[in-house]
Order: sequence, then C-alpha cells, then structure tokens
Amino acid sequence: MSENGALPLRGKVLTVDTMNPNVKKVDYAVRGPIVQRAVQIEKELKEGVKKPFEEVIKANIGDAHAMGQRPITFFRQVMALCTYPQLLDDNKFPEDAKNRARRILQSCGGNSIGAYTSSQGIDCVRHDVANYIQRRDGGIPSDPDNIYLTTGASDGIVTILKLLTAGEGRTRTGVMISIPQYPLYSASLAELGAVQINYYLNEEKCWSLDISELQRSLQAAREHCNPRVLCIINPGNPTGQVQSRQCIEDVIRFAAKENLFLMADEVYQDNVYAEGCEFHSFKKVLFEMGPEYSSKLELASFHSTSKCYMGECGFRGGYLEVINMDPEVKAQLTKLVSVRLCPPVPGQALMDLVVNSPQPGEPSYQTFIKERTAVLSALAEKAKLTEEILNTVPGISCNPVQGAMYSFPRITLPERAINEAKAKGQAPDMFYCMKLLEETGICLVPGSGFGQREGTYHFRMTILPPTDKLKIMLNKLKEFHQKFTQQYS
Amino acid sequence: MSFMKDISLLVKNNFLSGIDVLSRRAAQITVEIQQGERTNYNKVLDLSSGDLHRGGIKPITFVRQVLAACFYPALLEDDSLPLDVKQRAKILLSECDGGSIGSYTDSSGIAKIKLCVSQYITRRDGGVPSSPDNIFIKSGSQTALMIMLKLLIRSKDSCQTGVLIPVPTYASFTLALEEQGAAIIPYHLCEEQGWTLHVEELRKALLTGRKTCNPVALYICNPGNPTGHIQSRKSIEEVIRFAAEERLFILADEVYQSCVYGDDTEFYSYKKVLSEMGSTISSTVELASFNSVSKGFMGECGLRGGYVELVNLDPAVREYAQRLFSTRSCPPVIGQIALDLMADPPKPGDPSFPTFSEEAQSIKNMICKNTGRIQEVFSELPGISCQPLKAGFFVFPCLHFPPKAIKWAKKRQMEPDMLYCLHLLEETGLHVRPGCEYGQRKDSHHIRLFVATQQDIMEDALQRLKTFHMRFMKEFS
Repeated sequence: MSENGALPLRGKVLTVDTMNPNVKKVDYAVRGPIVQRAVQIEKELKEGVKKPFEEVIKANIGDAHAMGQRPITFFRQVMALCTYPQLLDDNKFPEDAKNRARRILQSCGGNSIGAYTSSQGIDCVRHDVANYIQRRDGGIPSDPDNIYLTTGASDGIVTILKLLTAGEGRTRTGVMISIPQYPLYSASLAELGAVQINYYLNEEKCWSLDISELQRSLQAAREHCNPRVLCIINPGNPTGQVQSRQCIEDVIRFAAKENLFLMADEVYQDNVYAEGCEFHSFKKVLFEMGPEYSSKLELASFHSTSKCYMGECGFRGGYLEVINMDPEVKAQLTKLVSVRLCPPVPGQALMDLVVNSPQPGEPSYQTFIKERTAVLSALAEKAKLTEEILNTVPGISCNPVQGAMYSFPRITLPERAINEAKAKGQAPDMFYCMKLLEETGICLVPGSGFGQREGTYHFRMTILPPTDKLKIMLNKLKEFHQKFTQQYS
Repeated sequence: MSFMKDISLLVKNNFLSGIDVLSRRAAQITVEIQQGERTNYNKVLDLSSGDLHRGGIKPITFVRQVLAACFYPALLEDDSLPLDVKQRAKILLSECDGGSIGSYTDSSGIAKIKLCVSQYITRRDGGVPSSPDNIFIKSGSQTALMIMLKLLIRSKDSCQTGVLIPVPTYASFTLALEEQGAAIIPYHLCEEQGWTLHVEELRKALLTGRKTCNPVALYICNPGNPTGHIQSRKSIEEVIRFAAEERLFILADEVYQSCVYGDDTEFYSYKKVLSEMGSTISSTVELASFNSVSKGFMGECGLRGGYVELVNLDPAVREYAQRLFSTRSCPPVIGQIALDLMADPPKPGDPSFPTFSEEAQSIKNMICKNTGRIQEVFSELPGISCQPLKAGFFVFPCLHFPPKAIKWAKKRQMEPDMLYCLHLLEETGLHVRPGCEYGQRKDSHHIRLFVATQQDIMEDALQRLKTFHMRFMKEFS
C-alpha cells in the first residue's frame, strides 16, 4: 500500500494469458466477421449512406421467419393461451387449441409456463415425443425415459459431446465430423478440448458419404487420439444431401464394427425436396437391421423446433433420444442436464405441438395443413430454383439441394484473387464473400467456415428469402461472379 | 455391454445423490395419493424449490398479456388488451427480425432490450453509467454464470483453478463448478450474526485455498440463497477491497435483488458500491453481476431469461467472451422479452400500473406475513431456530438435534438433516431440502424452507412441520 492508502495498480485477474486456453480455439463462422460487417452496413444504409444496393440480404443464417416466413397459426394460438390463460374464455380461439393449452398447463407446476419443470423436460411432452417417434418410425417403440428435452438441438448436441469427451493426450476422445460441417460441432469440440476428426463428403457424388473415406479418416485418427464418436447431419448442413437408406445402413454397420457412438443430427427431417429422396431416421434403420445392431449400437438422435416447417428458432425448443446408452452413463447425463435447471418452457410446449399437431377432423386441421404444405412446397421450389440458376453461372457449380435449407455451391476463383486474399491474410472465399457483401449487399458464409477440401472454395447460401427476392439475389450473384472473374483474370 | 463406462471424469464426479432420493420419494408419494393408497394427508406440500408459480402465486398480468400478444400478434387487434400492453408488444415485435419472436436474435440479446436493462441498472444504481455492450443476455443467470466460469477455469492445468464460494450455497451452483473442473474453496457465513460475511473468514479460506489450488474468483450471492441475508454497504466495500488486494474476480449473483423486505433493509449492488470506491479500485476490480426473471415477484423461472453485466473486463478477453456467448445461437426470445418487462415495468399513469403494483405489493406483503408466522411458530418449538429473513425466498432454520438423533442418523449412514427431511416428507407430506445439500458447519444441521407461497399454504406447512418436529424431538430426547 502506498502512503496515501491507495492500493497499487494491478493487472487484470482475467487476461488472454490467464483465461481458459480452450476458449481461444472457439470460432463460429455463421455469426463471424462477415455478419458483423453486414450489420454495420445495415446501420450505414439506415443513416443514408449511398450504396450500390438498397438492403442487405442476410442469406447467411437458417432463420426462416427473419426472411418473411409466417409462423404456424395453431402453434402461436396455443402458446398465447398457455401464456395468458384468460384467453381460454375468448371464443376467437378454436377448441382444439384450447384443449392443447389446457393439457400443457396441467402438466406445469402451478399451471404456469413460468414454473421450473423437471430438468429432463415435462413428462407429458416427453411421452408425446416418444409417440411421435414411434409413429414416424413405423411402430418401433420409443421410451419417454430416453427422451431429453433440450434448449434447441445445439444444447443436446453439446451435452452429449461433453459426456463423451474424456482421456488425455493419445487417449483423448476423437469425434468424427463431416467436412463440410455445421460449425457448432467444430466450435464445441474446440471448447471441450476434444479431437476433431474430419471425414470428407464426396462433392462429385452429390455430397454423399463414402464408407472408405470414413475408414481412412478413422485409421489415421487412431494414431493420435481415441476415436469414439461419429456425427452425421442428415439432411445435411451445409450440403443439403439426404442420405440414402443404403448409406445409413452402411454407416450403422461401420459404427458398430468400429465401436463408435453415433450422433444423428436430424433437425431438417421434414425438409426433403428432391425426387427419389426420403428421410430415414437412423433409429428406424437401426431397428430394421435386427437385434445384432439394434441391441448394441449406441445412438443419440437430435431434433429441434427451429427448422422444418416451423422455423421457430427463437423458442429454443428441441429434444434428444438416446438408444442403448449404458444406464450408469445415462444417470450421469440426467445429472448433467440438471445443472442448467430446465429447458425453456415455451420451447418444450412448442415441441409438444410439433409432435402432436392438428389431426384430420380437428377444427384447426385445414388451416394447419395448408400452412405447412405452403412452407414446404415453397422451400422445394426455391431449392430447385437455386440449383438451376447457380448452375448457369460459369465458375459456379451447385449440387442439387436435396434437403435442409442451404445451397453450398463450389466457386472457381481466379489465381489473382486467391493471391490477393492470401496477401491480406484472408481465406479466398472470405475475400470473395466480403466483396460480394460490399458490392451487392448479399451476406453469405464462406465455405472456409464449414470446412472443404484443400484448394476448393465454396459459400453457403440459404434458400429462405421469398421466391422473388431469391431470384433477384441469385441473378445479382451471377452478375457479381462474372464481374469478379473478369476483374481478377 | 458398453465401452462407454469410461466417460468424462468431470461428469462422473457429480455427487449430491440425496437430491434424487427426496424428490423421487415426493413424486412416488404423489402417485400413491392419486391411487388412493394414502390417508394421513391428501397432498404433498412442496416447499423445496424457489418457484413462485409452482407455489400457487399467479403470474403478473401485464407480463403475460404482453407475452401473449408477442406470441400471437392477432391479439393486437383485440379490444381486450390494455393500450400499454399493445404498445409494448408492438415495440418489442418490431425489434425482432421479420416481426416474429421465432427469429434468432443477436447472440447477446436484442439490442433494445440490452439498452433497457442498462437503463434499469443505471436507475437502480443512482446514475452509475451502464453500457449495453457490457450486458449479455442468456437463458437464465445460471447459463451466464457458467460461461464466465468457462472463461475463468483452466481445467487442464495441473494446479486447479479455485473459486471461493459461501457456505451455505445453493446446490446446482456447486454442481456447475464441479462440472467445469474448478476447485471449490468454501468460506463460512456467520449464522449467529444473521449469516453475515466476515472478511476474516474470506482471508482464512483463501489462505487455505492457496495451498492446493490457484484461486481466481470470489463468488458472492447477495441477497443470499438459502440464507436470506443481505449484505450491508460496509460489508460489500470490505469484500471489494479484499478482492482488490488479493486479485480476485468477483462473481456477484444478485438474482434476489428485488426481493427485499423490512424498512431498514436496502439492496446495494456490487457495481454501485464499487463505483463509489475511488478510482484505483473502481477502475480495476473485475466484476460480473447476474440477474434474472426467475426471482422477484415475476417468478418466471420457466421462461429462462437472465443477464450478466461485466465491469472492468480486459478488452482482449471481451472478444473471446463474445465468441463464447455466440456459439449457442441466442437466448430464448420470450425470456428476453420478460427481461425487458422486468427492467421497465408499468409506471404510475400507465393503464396497467394499478393492477401491476397491487400484484407486486401483495407478493411482498405475503412473504413478510409468512416470515412473521415462521418466527412465531418456531419460537414455540424446541430445537429449531431461524435467523431473520431480510431478502430472498428462503429461510434456513437451524435444527438442534439431540445426541440420540445424531446417533440414529449415523447408524443409517445418512446426514441427520437429510433423514429428518425424508421422515418429514413421509409422515406429513411436507417437502423441504436438508442443509447438507448446501454445506454447513460441521455438526450443524438445517433445512431450507421456501417462503414465497400463499399464506394458507405456509400455515399448512408450518402446522405439518410443528407436528412432526414435536414428535421428533420427543422421540429422541
């Protein structure tokens, strides 16, 4: 202490050097620097700064409502009734909505969605989820006790990864993830200090999964870590591929043979567009392969309220189902989820409505089915449109968007552009996307954020903007690409 | 069958198996009652968790009306909703992309709401500036706290990162610390003086802690859970000075800040006190303050809305903090909206104000009456005493077990207060938590009782407790 009693100046307790070193590796491209620049440009536009465009089109994030998709009326009605039960006396609400609301409220403490629920999620919702899964999978039973409601699928995915990450050095858990992948996985693995094991999807074959590639990547990984987990995203993000049944069977056989825990991210399960493509849940295929596999393979499947036809990202609703999890491990999972108290109740309630939607004969059915169909068919149309238009651009090659909500086209970049980017210390596709943003207002995510084969470049673009805006956007992109190619040739 | 037994060590070391036993039994008994297998009481009285609505308190009308309109904007055309409700819903919806609460928001929260929270903080602290850039909204204060722990705790280091935590502390926080791989350094609160915090005790704990780990953070819960104490201004100053001297990051959990009772009690935020302590300290001591919509008279635990305000964080670290906060997409939008309503409730003159103010006041009155009743009933009972409740939702009465009771528990290989709670549940249907879950001085025993419940429920609970306690003390005398 100095003479006048003042304490000596001290350095911070929490500095970049003293903080958890794992945090340094955390990166999340979907909301990274390009989005920050997009937000800045939006501000500038608002302030009247002149630009070669009038609005920023945020085709970077899978947010349907932000792009103008309407919520499903029935769902919102039930939520309003749950929130302000006085409305149960209001005859503007249909009876089936009221019944759903009453049922949900009865299962909440004090009949309020403001009460904590059990950390695994409201009982009756988990039962409804189990029934949904059973119906979807042609009668294969689902145990509500194996269902955990989560704060979006992301929460469930990270929780399972946390559970499975163990060991040190050479015995450290390795997690196999597709390249390209949804960066939640890479970010979480970095944060948890698990080893990321990349397996490449086959761009030439419509982003399909080759078992030989899985084998190669696994073999190589065994040199330096302990591979235990295999993550699959189906339908795929960012690639949009929908795995064939045969492929799913092959993956299951592979995981069983190599003693891997399978994580099946199925949040886009209703988003299937291409002819000849169909969603097959990993669980269904597993059980149809007989007890040799279905009694042994450890599987966790994930779903969410953010995608499909609902697009309710802001609710943070989701669930995971575990199959064949060791009971001791499951007990630990249950404890792990109890730390964060409980998932948001509105998300739980919404999940209940998704798995228990209006049935034929119910008052809300007509409107519901009309709205649902409209959303899904619009998406299918836009998926086709995107593929078609992008493939007319020399230097852009786009695989069919079989499902999910994105296109992930390959772009050919002139040598000069690549060099200029590298000189700036930027990934070439980031350089491209930044230029695109500045000149057209279109915000995409560079492929480098998702992973891609060395020397290839891509971007991820959502198919969510309304059809006419999408057409305009695709044509602007076409113009830009041609200009860019010319400029740097 | 499975190789998966060798799971994450950190997860494996979770404990507190007692939680399951009591809650599970309570659930079983509820089923037994439904099936008509029980005659000694007709329902389980649950005073185990800090859940206002579960305890029968109605949600605040204004809050639920705004939320309903946000869920279903068609209601904005309705005549049934007051004007201020509609105006607020419209403003909030316009802040959402596509005008829908179903859109993702900025990962640290909707800008307008962060601004509203920062203005609330400034008003609360008598003008001390607060910037929305230092505010991160998350799905509950617990989530925000865990992210701060993630920043602070170096779980791979051979020397564990240490966090000082009060004894008693609520159970799920201890779980969170263990999950992150932190070393827990307990400091005891002084029960005899109303659960006050003595810096000497902090000093002692820190000295001990330094022998086995690397202490970096000091966790404070003010107002306290489960203790119901509130720190005096002087106490807060002493703690801040201590943290400055010993180079500790302060984690100030202030979720009960609006639940303060008694004419002579006032809540002082750590931030406010810090700001008034001279520039050397006020510009250097690192502080994270937490608040949430789960407590206070809103009690919206299920909506999951909370925030952290960071003070004096190293700018370089801020960038990483931001990244950590953004990997989980965004906090639930409804929870964010509830925060806005908490930070900016109806004001005098607003159409909803009379109802709002009446609802809030009646909850406060109810809690005051309840604690009065508790003291009355306890004063007539041997072997149970309780420090006065100053703030929060719980009391943490001390049970003075006769030696015979201790012996009986030892034989059953259980903590005496856990065994007490199990029997209390079994025989009277009253569910409260045992002190052993929160930590307590050796050979002391407590129970935690939720007091923010309707008066008749409180009376019922106290009668059940009284009956059981008398019998218990008699049997073991």
